[in-house]
This record gives sequence, C-alpha cells and structure tokens, in this order.
Amino acid sequence: MTGVGLALPGALGHPFFLHAVLAGAAIAAASGMIGYFLVLRAQVFTGDALGHAAFTGALAALADGVDLRLGLFAATVVIALLLGALGRSGRADDIAIGSVFAWITGLGAFFLTMYATSGGADNAGAGVRVLFGSIFGLSAKQAVTAAVVAAAVCGAVLAVFRPLLFASVDPAVAAARGVPVRVLGFVFLALVGVTAGEATQAVGSLLLLGLLAAPAGTAQRLTDNPARAFVLSAVLAVADMWGGLAASYALPSMPPSFAVVALATALYAAAFAVGPYRRRTAASRAG
Amino acid sequence: MQFADAVTAWSWNPLADIRQMWAFPFMVNAFRAGTIVAVLAGVIGWYMVLRRQSFAGHTLSTVAFPGAAGATLIGVGAVYGYFAFCVGAALVVAAVPRIGHEAGGEETAVTGTVQAFLLACGFLFVALYKGFLGGVNSLLFGSFLGITTTQVDVLAAVAVPVLLIVAAIGRPLLFASLDPAVAAARGVPVRPLSVVFLVLLGAATAATSQITGSLLVFALMVMPAATAQNLTARPALSIALSVTLAVLVTWTSLTIAYYSPYPIGFWVTTCAFACYLASWAVRLARGSLGRARWYGAGARVPLEVS
Repeated sequence: MTGVGLALPGALGHPFFLHAVLAGAAIAAASGMIGYFLVLRAQVFTGDALGHAAFTGALAALADGVDLRLGLFAATVVIALLLGALGRSGRADDIAIGSVFAWITGLGAFFLTMYATSGGADNAGAGVRVLFGSIFGLSAKQAVTAAVVAAAVCGAVLAVFRPLLFASVDPAVAAARGVPVRVLGFVFLALVGVTAGEATQAVGSLLLLGLLAAPAGTAQRLTDNPARAFVLSAVLAVADMWGGLAASYALPSMPPSFAVVALATALYAAAFAVGPYRRRTAASRAG
Repeated sequence: MQFADAVTAWSWNPLADIRQMWAFPFMVNAFRAGTIVAVLAGVIGWYMVLRRQSFAGHTLSTVAFPGAAGATLIGVGAVYGYFAFCVGAALVVAAVPRIGHEAGGEETAVTGTVQAFLLACGFLFVALYKGFLGGVNSLLFGSFLGITTTQVDVLAAVAVPVLLIVAAIGRPLLFASLDPAVAAARGVPVRPLSVVFLVLLGAATAATSQITGSLLVFALMVMPAATAQNLTARPALSIALSVTLAVLVTWTSLTIAYYSPYPIGFWVTTCAFACYLASWAVRLARGSLGRARWYGAGARVPLEVS
C-alpha cells in the first residue's frame, strides 16, 4: 500500500493520509448505513451509550496489555446486545441507564489512570486518542483491518436491508408477516456495536455520535424514499469523512475528528435551511 | 493524582489521616468546594430527577467541556467558561423547549449531532491550546487538585443565590413539577418556573463539572437524588437525604482520591452508584415485604418495578 501511496500525487502521497482515506471511507460508509436505521428506529442514544462503553473497553484492554481493538469490539458488542435485552422488557428508564453509563465512564477513567501511570508520556495521551480518535495514526495493517470489518458491516446491512426496514417502520405488521423482528433487532444492535468500535478508531468514542446521527438526519431531511435516504446517508458520511480529512490536512492545527464532525454538522444545518421536510407520518409519530 | 507517592499512606487513624490531609491548603479548598458543589447538586439534582430532565442535564454537562476548554484557550479562568457556557446553553434549551425531551428519531438525531459537535469544539480548543493534554482528562473526569481560594469564592457566590432562589420557589416548583396541568390551572406560573429552573440547572451543572468532570456530572446530580427518591416519597425528607448523600459521597471520594492514584471522578461515580444500587436493594426488599405504602408516589419515583 505504501508503494502505491508514493506513486500518488499530493496529500495521497503520504501513507498516513492514504490509510486514513481508505479506512475512513469504509468506516464512514458503515456509519452512514447503520446511522440511517438508528435514526429511523429512534435509537440514536444507543450510539451515545456505546461510545461510553467503547472508551472503557478500549482502555481496559490497554491497561491489561492486549490489543485495544479487542476490548473495543468486545465492549461495544456485548453492551449493545445487553441494551437490546433490557430495552425490550419494559421501557428502560433514562435515569437508570444514565447512572449505569456514568459509572461505566468513571470506570474508563480508572483504567485510563491505571494505563497512564504504568507507562510514559505516550500512555497518558491514550485517553485523548480513544475519546477523540486518531485516524492519522492508523498503520497500514490497522487501516486494512478497519476497512475489511467496515465493509463486512456494510454487506451485512445490505443483506438484511428489506426485512430490517420493514421491521423498523412497522414492527407489528412485520412480525405478523413472518419477519423475525426480535432476531433482526439483535443482529442490528450487534452491527451497531461493531460500527461504534470502528468509528471510535476514526473520530473517537465521544464524537462517533456525530458520524452516526448527522449524515442520517441530513439524508432523512432531504428525501422520503427509504432506499434513496439510505444511500444518501452513506454517501454523505463518506463525503464528511473525506472533506474533514482534506480540511485537516490543509489546516494541520485542526484535528481531523473535529473537521469531520463540524462538516457533518454544517451539512445537517444546511439541510434544515434548504430541505422542505416532508415528515414521514408513520415513522416519526410512532413514539 | 500522583500524591499517593508524596504523602504517607492511609494509617487507619482517621483523626491523624484527616489532619495530615488537611495540612495541605489545596485539600482544604477541595473539601470546601466539594461541599458547596455537593449541596447544590443534591438540591438541584433532586428537582431535575423529579422533573425527568436528566437528559437536559446531560446536554448541559456536555457544554461544560468546550466552555472550560474555550475559556482556558482565551486565557480566562475555566470557572468562568463553565458558568458562561452552561447558563447560556440552559437559556437555549429553555427557548427551544423540545430539546429537553427525548422524542422521535429526528429530534434524537439533532440532539446527538449537537452534542458531538460541542465535544468536537472542546477538542478543537484543546488542540489549539497546545500542551494541554493532561488537562483534557481532568476537564472530562474531574480533578480536585489546584482548586484556588478564588474558585471556592466564585462557587460560593453562585451557590448561595441559587439555593436562595430554590428556597423561594421550592413549593410552586414542586407543584409544577408533579402536575403541571393542575398547577397551571391553580395559577402557578409553570412556564416561567421551568425557565428559571433550567438556568439554575445550568449553574449547578457548571459547578458540579468542576469537581466530577463534565462527563461524570450524573454522578453527583442524578444518583444521590435518584437514591433518595427510591427511599422515600416525602419531598422534604427526600431532598435532605439527597443533599446528605451527595456531601457524604463527595467527602468519601475526596479522601479516597487523596490516598489513591485514581481520579476523583471514578470514586465519585463508584460511591454514588453503590448508594444507588443499595437503594434498589432496599426498595425491592420493601416491595417483597408488601409495604407498598413506602413509595406511594409510585408514578414519580425514578423507576417503576416491572
């Protein structure tokens, strides 16, 4: 990959930038697709909760001396499935959930200190890297792994697209027509967990909410057609990612994760300004 | 954080330990500031839990991070950044009342985006202000080191008027929180009260962020209040319990944090969460004994047994 990079002109000639562009595109596409369903199902705060879990999982892994990504994915997928199991039996309470996640975040701070005091100055920055991402720090191998995992998430979402859409818009009718609504819900949450782990590597666990929610919200503002909104959400997420990376390359004092989230937020705000929003009566009034 | 190496270890002689801890002016300031914050968080948090506005509190605490980082960047004390941003954000939330509630998919998308953007702004400020990397962790997860006497004074100057206002509007606010429709019909100014409360919430969130860090505000504002509301349904007793718990949690955490290398935010969340879990155990035990009258205001206590 490095050899290809050297042959390319401009910013792409730098291997670190090329890795960021490749991994970033795959991660953003997965986030855009998953985000579309998160917004459709009004489950954006699952993403918020998983961000906290990702932080604690990653730092627990670091403190234990294993690969950061192991803890990251284990924590996000397990917590996602746990939320799914709790969420269905009675409406989960925001105070109970908030308290649990505040404690999980506190535990993350504990692991952070444990890791930081066990090593040098580089370890002390680990918390910031997990919280706010370090996409320019991805090695070739990490970038390929991230891209492959993200591509697998995209493939899985596309495979269950039709039944998942049906189950999200009208769970009761979908269940009556033989769609396995409950199983789909768990599959979806597991995919959200994997995506949260992926997005943590790109924009960080605190900011992944922006990458999940903003492109999807923009797309749903601009079109009512589910397939079109789904594609648009993925395209917008990739555009946000690439635009943010380019902006951060042009202005090195601007961190890439800020640039990505700021661009996504700006596009969402623009969609509010221009898009004549036709509210889907069924989905938005379901709550 | 590294003071565990510099000072003698915990000796199981509480009097000597406390005397030794308080020999440092910064620890005395930490206890002063912590107590002020705990009383404020206990009272305001109690109303917040009652009004089910923990989500608004979460948003306001997110704002605290860019506030403090921005103030540090432009060279003003972080304490002013906390208050300016949190109270400003509270006014915005009050102006757009629907922000405070979790509703359909689009609203959660907007709120999520705004939160991520605010945190990203905080990170930008930190990145622009170089050599601040350790500071990020204390802004997010709390720190009790280096609390100055001025900071304690500012906290007191904010806490006293806030508590006086709560004392003045406490009863109508309770009425308006429990049953807004009936309160409005009885001539209670429900809408102005909710605006005033949000501003008070902003001030309390800003104060709490300075001890627990902006990611862990829930620990002092929500958990003691939720614990108290789990244990008793009588408002006055419940508020008193909430304040007592918040103060005890803060004092215990400060002491443990002084003798351990781990950040105060972790200890505050852990102590508060332990209290919260214990209150659940008590509630479930009472429930199994059939003493349902203990939580007669069942619809208003934080969680319904399902």
